[in-house]
Amino acid sequence: MTAENVLRALDAVSAGRAEDAVLSVRDLSVRFRLRGGRTVEAVSDADFDLGAGECLALVGESGCGKSVLASALLGLLPGNAETSGTALLADPDGAAQTDLIAADEKTLARTVRGRRVGLVPQSPAAHLTPVRTVRSQLEETVRALTGTSRRARRKAAEDAAERAAFPAGHLDRYPHELSGGLAQRAATALALIGDARLLLADEPTTGLDRDLVDRTVDELRRHADDGRALLLITHDLAAAARIADRVAVMYAGRIVEIAPAHRFFGPAGPRHPYARGLLDALPDRAFTPIPGMPPELSALPEGCAFAPRCPLATELCSNRPEFTANLACHHPEHPRA
Amino acid sequence: MLELDTVTAGYDRRAPVFRGASLTVAPGESVGLLGPSGCGKSTLARVAALLHRPDAGRFVLDGTEVTAWRHRAPRELRTAVGVVFQQPRTAADPRLTLADLLVEPLRATGRRAEAAARLAELAPAVGLTPDLLGRRAHEVSDGQLQRACLGRALALRPRWLICDEMTAMLDASTTAALVAAVETYREETGAGLLAVGHDRVLLRRWCDRTVEWKDCLPAEEGP
Ligand code: SF4
Repeated sequence: MTAENVLRALDAVSAGRAEDAVLSVRDLSVRFRLRGGRTVEAVSDADFDLGAGECLALVGESGCGKSVLASALLGLLPGNAETSGTALLADPDGAAQTDLIAADEKTLARTVRGRRVGLVPQSPAAHLTPVRTVRSQLEETVRALTGTSRRARRKAAEDAAERAAFPAGHLDRYPHELSGGLAQRAATALALIGDARLLLADEPTTGLDRDLVDRTVDELRRHADDGRALLLITHDLAAAARIADRVAVMYAGRIVEIAPAHRFFGPAGPRHPYARGLLDALPDRAFTPIPGMPPELSALPEGCAFAPRCPLATELCSNRPEFTANLACHHPEHPRA
Repeated sequence: MLELDTVTAGYDRRAPVFRGASLTVAPGESVGLLGPSGCGKSTLARVAALLHRPDAGRFVLDGTEVTAWRHRAPRELRTAVGVVFQQPRTAADPRLTLADLLVEPLRATGRRAEAAARLAELAPAVGLTPDLLGRRAHEVSDGQLQRACLGRALALRPRWLICDEMTAMLDASTTAALVAAVETYREETGAGLLAVGHDRVLLRRWCDRTVEWKDCLPAEEGP
């Protein structure tokens, strides 16, 4: 086999049986046009698959585009966004796929959000209605999604609470009467009502204590183990290390590496210099920051966006490296494992 | 010396957030206060930063007792303490440019004349480039805004720095960069540090010693 064939074969394996993918994202780009003619290149050419029972962690600095990617998958981008590419969501019956990027708002609102894609939000406090009890919010969501009878609603709400490990005894409380952890579980219960096969968790652990982070992500992992696909968007590498099967690293709007979690966090480590820099910044590692700051998404350089901060940059890097074999770098740090 | 001696504080005298907490930080020392959220350690940070008056106990800062102030603690003591909070968005005035934010304490204390010179020192110390200094809060990332909030806390060259979950919202690289900026400042000035947080790995790596907040009281723990 030629080297290229080997890479292709390995790619096919790590892309995870693409035909079984719950979500298949190809060449997804999101642009925002600003007044004055500037363009924010928030997401560029994102490419990944996510299978049932799998957790993919999307990591990167705040403002790197990862939350925009999540919004794009939910059809929640503001009006001035321009999107291209596809994000195919498998149909539960295995029939047609839905392209989340091309679908109109009516389809997204009626058949996708809450039903086939569940969102575990960043700030449960902002997601829950303060003046209504958890039970009433869950039942309302059941009604909106399924329109079932009163009795069945009650049962469905209680089932969702149980799946999210939200204690039944607290269902009649208001959001402000809940601890941070319970509020997060209430929000997760809302996300689980429609029994969505794809769960999108956008920074679900921001501001939580480590114990609560561990419990929250362990619960998310359990939902993946039940056969859902989980996209965990986070800046918390410890949380990603705890539950992810694969890690996708985003820098300046581009996915620069996708690696199996055991290699990424293990002795071999990631191959992209930015990913290695992020890990080296951890307090239980070198605790050394990457010098400089990420570029503006409205003023990206021609070549590799990481070049000004990269210890390995050469002249070659003024040409942007393509994302092939799960990596976008001219001088990856070690040969493919 | 920063000394909290059996301090009780809260927002309701009948139900204080914590009772009888004692903690000392020696000059030049860095102490990490660890504990779960909702246990009152942020209130303790506010007491140490002279932003919240204790209900009982003694707070002695550099030999001066500052337990019983009325509306505001005395200025010469307030300016001896710099403070950085978790949420830069709520801590920063959205109308100010980052440059104005950095030197806000100088203006507020009538030292406007020093502002330009101090700005030239502060901006590189916290890693802010000239093009960022002209922007307002909504035009920068959380990490960039938190850099500005740290710069503001250092503007008056405080002898004490209180960091309450300063990096809880930030990625690993920005966290390491902000901690490095704090440590450079402390090396130059000999300032003491109280870092409050829940990340054990981070505070153990950062501070000379850590104190665990147990049953709503800090208890000493090894380095
Ligand atoms: S392409 Fe060049 S500049 Fe970019 S990460 Fe790789 S080595 Fe560094």
